[in-house]
Amino acid sequence: MAINPEYAGRTFEPSEPYEVSRVKIAEFATAIGDSSPLCRDRAAAQAAGYPDVIAPPTFAIVITSGANARLMADPELGVNYAMVVHGEQSFTHSRPLHAGDVVVAQSTIESIKQIRTMTTMATVTEIRTADGEHVCTARSTLVERGA
Amino acid sequence: MASPGFHDVHEGAEIAPRQYQVTRPDLVRYAGASGDFNPIHWNQRIATSVGLPDVIAHGMLTMALAGRYLTDWAEDPAAVTEFGVRFSAPVVVPDDGKGAQVEIAGVVTGTLDGNQVAVDITARSGDAKVLTRAHAVVRLP
Repeated sequence: MAINPEYAGRTFEPSEPYEVSRVKIAEFATAIGDSSPLCRDRAAAQAAGYPDVIAPPTFAIVITSGANARLMADPELGVNYAMVVHGEQSFTHSRPLHAGDVVVAQSTIESIKQIRTMTTMATVTEIRTADGEHVCTARSTLVERGA
Repeated sequence: MASPGFHDVHEGAEIAPRQYQVTRPDLVRYAGASGDFNPIHWNQRIATSVGLPDVIAHGMLTMALAGRYLTDWAEDPAAVTEFGVRFSAPVVVPDDGKGAQVEIAGVVTGTLDGNQVAVDITARSGDAKVLTRAHAVVRLP
């Protein structure tokens, strides 16, 4: 079963608030081999002008994929997770995420296209603080290969 | 590698290429840190059953390495304000203790307002281009 094209254009409810923590930023930085002290040392981050340690640019995927897990699991959408590969990804940051940020993510499915045996699904996810300040816009295209 | 200042770079300037080794433990660590536990990134049986040659790296790990290449260059994790890629081929990570090597290179394609530069990235693993249409905007001091 391919991805349900009727979901194209749909905007989902904002996610539950996600609190960015120092521990998670450090764990993510270690996993990608980023040794910057600004990701680990609060004093170093504050000396550089940030409220707390800051996240590497692709950390936003933790928040967007967490927010999208619920919609990806919707049986009506019909995503066959085992056949999905990541096609494209982009991030546009108004500012870096930092420890202490409490953010919500809201996703819209921009398009669902059938290309021969493959289906592509493009989503845009806006990450904002609880007060509505824009932090990051993430765009993602998933490709479901035909069985 | 000292951080370049905005006024030190120009269109066409090349950023020194760097090699990154990606091993199976790296994939497990990234799965835990990112929350992406898709078994094609750690289970050879499942990866091959869906038609892949072997376990493959998370595309997002490859993108993160390219992001790190840029933030290490700028010496600032906040330097990359825009970053987009297309995942054009998988990084195949064999269970041989060495894993895969990813080589990342960049070239400045223009200067922008706000001490920012546009950069095109190339990323290869073996004979494959693993990222294409990889463009970033990087803010320099």
